[in-house]
Amino acid sequence: MTTSARTRRAVTPDSHDFPTRPYDLVKEFTIALGVVIVLTIALAAVFSSPDEKAITLADWANAAPYDVVATAAGELAGTTTSAGYGAPYNTNGDGQTLGPLALQRWAGVTIPVDSANDLVLTPLSKVTNDPALTLALSQWKGAPAPRQSTWSNDYTTALTAAPDGNPASVKPGNYGPVPVIAAKFLDLARSGALAGALEPNGTFYGADTTRGLLLLADGAYLQDQARASNLGGNQWGMMNESGNYPGQPWMWLYTFWYQIPPFSTSSNADAQVWAVMAILTLALILIPFIPGLRSIPRLIPLYRLIWRDYYRGRNG
Amino acid sequence: MTAGSWTVRTRNRIARIVPPGQWLPDRQPAYVSSWIYVFGVLTLAALFVVIASGIILTLGGVTWWHVSALGHFVNSLHLWSVELFFAFMVIHLWGKFFMAAWRGKRALTWITGVLAFAGSIGTAFTGYLSQTNFDSQWIGTQAKDGLNSVGIGSFFNVLNPGQMLLWHVALLPFVIGLLTVAHVILVRRHGVVPPIDAQPPDEPTPAPTPESPADLTARR
Repeated sequence: MTTSARTRRAVTPDSHDFPTRPYDLVKEFTIALGVVIVLTIALAAVFSSPDEKAITLADWANAAPYDVVATAAGELAGTTTSAGYGAPYNTNGDGQTLGPLALQRWAGVTIPVDSANDLVLTPLSKVTNDPALTLALSQWKGAPAPRQSTWSNDYTTALTAAPDGNPASVKPGNYGPVPVIAAKFLDLARSGALAGALEPNGTFYGADTTRGLLLLADGAYLQDQARASNLGGNQWGMMNESGNYPGQPWMWLYTFWYQIPPFSTSSNADAQVWAVMAILTLALILIPFIPGLRSIPRLIPLYRLIWRDYYRGRNG
Repeated sequence: MTAGSWTVRTRNRIARIVPPGQWLPDRQPAYVSSWIYVFGVLTLAALFVVIASGIILTLGGVTWWHVSALGHFVNSLHLWSVELFFAFMVIHLWGKFFMAAWRGKRALTWITGVLAFAGSIGTAFTGYLSQTNFDSQWIGTQAKDGLNSVGIGSFFNVLNPGQMLLWHVALLPFVIGLLTVAHVILVRRHGVVPPIDAQPPDEPTPAPTPESPADLTARR
C-alpha cells in the first residue's frame, strides 16, 4: 500500500473510534412518528384534499358541442394529435428524437389506436336503429381514401372558418357524410354511451381509459379547463393540482425546463428534458465519485454549522 | 455439522453486514448533535404514515374516496403524509449533501438514498395518475408525451389508471421498501459519518490541507 493510499484512508476515521453519548433511537423514532401523525391529521383536517370531478365525454359534449364535432371531423381527417402521433399508438408520425436516437419509434406500436376507426367510426357502428347514421357510415366506408380525406379535410377547414366553429354556420360544400357522422358522434357523446363504446373489447369492466383520454385530449375543452385552473404546460402545470394545493413540488426541476428555451420552443422538448433529467439524476447518484461536485460541501461550509458543537469542543 | 448449514452461513453473513449491537445501539458518537439528524427518522416515520394511510385507502376500493367523507379524509391523510414525506426527505438529502455523508465507504448509502428519492417521485406520480378525477386526466394526458418520447410509454401507459394503480400499490412501494431497508442497513453498518476533518481524540488532528478530492470520496 502506498503512503498516499494510507493518507486517504486516514481522512475519514471510523465512527466507532469517537467518544459516544447515550442516544435512544427507538424513542426518537416513536416521537417522530407521533409528530408526523399529528401533523398529518392536522393538515388533512384543515386543508382536506382536492377532488375535482373527472370530465366525462357527456360533460364535454354538453359544455362544448362544437369542439366535439370538430374533434370527430379531425379524427376522420387524421389531423388530430392522436391521429398523427406515432408510437406507441400508430405509425402516422415519426415521434420525438434525441439526436440520432429515435427511442419513441424504436419502442414500437404497443398500444395500437387508429383514431378514425377506434375513436369515431367503430363506436358509431354500435348505434342501432338510426338509418341516417347507417347510410352515412356506409357512404364513408364505400368511398376511396382520397375522397374520404377530401371530405373530412374540407369539413374541418369549414368548421374552423365558421363563427365559433358552429356546424350550423358552415358554408355549403361537398363534405360527403362527414357532417352527419360528426353530428351523430355528438349525439352519442351527449347520451353518455360513447365512453362504453370506446372500450376496445366491449368489456363490461372499464379499467383502461386510454382511448377516451386520447379523444378528450384531441379536443380543446380539456386543455381550456386546465388552463383556466392554471395547469397549462407553460404554467408549471405538470407539478400543480387544481385548487390551492401543493401538488408535486418535487417535480419542479423537471417542469422548469419546459418553461425556458430551447426546450420551450423545441419539437423534441419532451425527449430533451428527459435526457437532461436523466443526466442530472445520474450525477446526483454518482456525486461521491465526481471531482468538483463532491467538493462542494467543503467549499460551502454549512457542515461547520451542522457540527458546530463538535468543532467548538475541538477548538476549545 | 454446521459448516455446510445454509442457516448458519446466512446468520454469519447477516452478522458480518451489521455486527450484533449495531442494529439498535443505545449510544451514538458525541458529534451526532444537530437537528438535521432528525430529518432522516422523520422521513422514515412519514413513510410509515404514507403506507398506513394508503393501505386504508385500498380497503374502500378505487373510487371510495369520491363518494365517502371518511374516504376523502383518508385520502387527505395520504396526500399530506406524502407532502411531509417529501419535505423531510429533501431536507435530509441536502443535509447529507452538505455533510458530504458519502465519505468513509458510505457511497452506497448515498446512492440507495438518491434511488429511494427518485423512486418515491415515480411512486407519487402513479398515485396522482390513479386519482380518477380531473387532475389525473390532465396529468396523464400531459405526461404521456414525455414518457412516450423516450419509449417508456410503450409499456408504462399513464392513460391506463388500472395499470398505474397497480404499479402504485404493488411494485413501486415494494422497491421503495427494499431501498429503504438497504439504506437503513447501510447506515447502521457504517455508523454516522464523522465531521469533515475530524479525528478520534487519541489520534493527532491533521493540519488542514488544501482540498483534495480524495478526502471527500467514498474511500476511508
